[in-house]
Amino acid sequence: MTEVSRRAFIKGTGAIGAAMLPAGEAIEPANAKLPATAMPAATPSICAAAAPSTTYVFFNSEEAAFIEAAVARLIPADEEWPGALEACAPNYIDKQLAGAWGAGERLYRSGPWQPGTPSQGYQLPFTPAELFRTALAAIDKELVQTPFAKMSPADQDSYLKKLEAGGYDLGGVPSDVFFAHLWESTLEGFFSDPVYGGNCNMVSWRMIGFPGAYASYYDLIDKHGIKLDRAPMSLAEDAHGHVHPNPGIPARSP
Amino acid sequence: MAQRLPAVDAVTIGVGLTGALAAFEMVQAGLKVVGLERGAPRETVPNFQSPAIHDELRFSIRKAMMQDNVKVAVTFRNNSDQTALPIRRWESFLPGQGLGGSFVHWNGQSFRAQVADFVLRTHLIRRYGQKFLDACGPELTIQDWGVTYDELEPHYDRFEYLCGVSGKAGNIKGQIQPGGNPLEAPRSREYPNPPMKEPYFGAIFRKGAESLGYHPYPQPSSNLSRPYTNPLGVKLEQCVFCGFCERYACEHYAKASPQTILLPVLLKNPNYELRTSCEVLRINLDSTGKKATGVTYVDGAGREFEQPAEIVFITAFPLNNVRTLLLSGIGKPYDPRTGEGVVGRNYSYQTTAGPTVFMDESININPFMSSGAPGTMIDDFSGDNFDHANLGFIGGQYVGSIMTGARPIEFHPTPPGTPPWGLEWKRAVARHYNHTILIQQHGTSMSSRLNYLDLDPTYKDAWGQPLLRMTFDFPENDIRMSQYIADKVVEIGRAMGGKIVVRGGTKRPYTTTVYQSTHNCGGAVMGDDPKTSAVNRYMQCWDVPNVFSLGGSAFPQNITYNYTITIGALTYWALDAIKTKYLKSPGPLVQA
Repeated sequence: MTEVSRRAFIKGTGAIGAAMLPAGEAIEPANAKLPATAMPAATPSICAAAAPSTTYVFFNSEEAAFIEAAVARLIPADEEWPGALEACAPNYIDKQLAGAWGAGERLYRSGPWQPGTPSQGYQLPFTPAELFRTALAAIDKELVQTPFAKMSPADQDSYLKKLEAGGYDLGGVPSDVFFAHLWESTLEGFFSDPVYGGNCNMVSWRMIGFPGAYASYYDLIDKHGIKLDRAPMSLAEDAHGHVHPNPGIPARSP
Repeated sequence: MAQRLPAVDAVTIGVGLTGALAAFEMVQAGLKVVGLERGAPRETVPNFQSPAIHDELRFSIRKAMMQDNVKVAVTFRNNSDQTALPIRRWESFLPGQGLGGSFVHWNGQSFRAQVADFVLRTHLIRRYGQKFLDACGPELTIQDWGVTYDELEPHYDRFEYLCGVSGKAGNIKGQIQPGGNPLEAPRSREYPNPPMKEPYFGAIFRKGAESLGYHPYPQPSSNLSRPYTNPLGVKLEQCVFCGFCERYACEHYAKASPQTILLPVLLKNPNYELRTSCEVLRINLDSTGKKATGVTYVDGAGREFEQPAEIVFITAFPLNNVRTLLLSGIGKPYDPRTGEGVVGRNYSYQTTAGPTVFMDESININPFMSSGAPGTMIDDFSGDNFDHANLGFIGGQYVGSIMTGARPIEFHPTPPGTPPWGLEWKRAVARHYNHTILIQQHGTSMSSRLNYLDLDPTYKDAWGQPLLRMTFDFPENDIRMSQYIADKVVEIGRAMGGKIVVRGGTKRPYTTTVYQSTHNCGGAVMGDDPKTSAVNRYMQCWDVPNVFSLGGSAFPQNITYNYTITIGALTYWALDAIKTKYLKSPGPLVQA
């Protein structure tokens, strides 16, 4: 299915870090495409159950612990494919919330604020960053005895289902609204291009067979049912010249 | 205080499809034209280039090419008993912003309307009777357009050749053509380019539809099947099926857009001046209220200008055309209580939503190899192509497999019964991603006295002006139509070999939270009667004859098909009358 075997990914962080770098580049955090501290050299191995650590710029440590534990239940790892945690979805969510999206980019933000019907969509004054911070603080308070990250997987699933079902309040954020935001950002962190800090090593694309930013299928489109057997390509790879549109159909002014 | 600029002959409010067409035709006629675009300037090179253009998060999810709704949103409610609230995030429809407008991020699905569409009310009463029509919904306000298909045919032809539409004619001057759509309206000649290659999902759909006796044909596409030079001498390239078309710009010069069919010539014309980042606040009227004197706009730095002009073309997204008329006090606003007034009246939408067909794991669909208009279609349920006498509804839908790429944040189908998240969900996504076919039902939306556009009493834009308020729900007629066809399409899904076929069909209430269509139309509709239309058959405002409101806002109700090609044809039709009649003798082209 892929050029980098699934087993290789699951087995060793260091091995993948090196394998993914273009030849000639030093294996230093500053040059790695993954987050700077995603794969500390001191970590000898990674398994499907342990995520690489991330330098969080938005989440505090309690928030990060919840997010890491939650995405690991939303899209769990199994023996075949990593899950959202291993795909660095928490890093993706952190960077989104720290940036323009978190601050309310592309969100109409004038009042008055009032609850609407489901068909009117999101009507809360919270930006995504405010929404996560508010809801996570309420969850932290509620779970003071046993924080989410310390629960058993079954209890974690039950708690997430409770959030999803809605009907209770997280500091002004309805729990189902928070859950929807959490799920959407986890999906994005799992499936979006690695340049945004998630989908590490394009694991989700390898899992489903999506070839990524690759640009031309003119010669393949009528070869019905073929199995496309090559590794995906990300936007980042193109910085090294790896994405080639069909040279017969160049991207130039005709 | 607004700075008054030197007068010009014409100004366009918006530089997308209709704005570029209007400006081009007017400068050809020797007029000096200014194009005012609220968004940024952008060109294929360098703005639309790979790899950055193939970014699902930025373009599909964050909607980077769409109207900046931080500044200008639309408020919405399902009915007039509710309080409209802002659509705070675009989802259901996606108006474009920036040079080229929505005609940059469109898919290129390039249909003509049917003969009956333009005389819908007359046609239905003749075929089924007034009583039948009343039974379909007494609230329906469908009407004729004031222009016929035969009058528009030369303009359809001209616009298709401008775009380089790739397709196979099914009916040339009444002669049915093998390989094309036998149910299409007669065209005067073949498409400028042959159809695109058929993807696997289309081939499977074709086989299934044929086995049930339907008439599959290749979707006409403005993603080009081969290199092409249009009549203006502008060159386009061949589509490479990259799978990033809908919500994206084309990096390859392979999709018709203002940048690829018109602007290279227009922008060189010394009589044309493009001004970007310019937000038009209103059209100014003289003391009689019967003549526009120009427009007032604010530039990107916040400076206010008055641009005098002899002709004002409103060439924005349909919703924004209506808002511009309302903000300028042109035409009588529609009042749903009395049914009087015309601006905002007959807003309609599009019925979409088709089934999902889950195939065997041995069948690799490769849905990421695709263009914006790669479909294989049938028109057996389009418009009035089937007998409605015993069905209790009017209208119809085309049906086809049109998978416009399979970018995974948006596309990760799982069969019914799959948990919404967790390990089972992940395994189901991995199992079905490359083995699932989507079928599209896409069709009419009838206008109703209950659905309309007006100015919101509460919410404002960044310049302090009222937002547009949309009051809309699908008429029950449209739901009955969509549900009837949904049953038929499930049969096609089974004939395609689907292991599981999940039924589609539109339901009430209409929701703004799920993408459905960007074919918002009506609100400033065309017609023969100033009591039921805001513009005449040339899209000229009845009340202010030097203002033309061009585009989808003129549709009295929505047709089966994606509307871009019909907008192009209507615009050419109006501009032709302006060139040949209005410029010689400015004034009403039709006496009220």
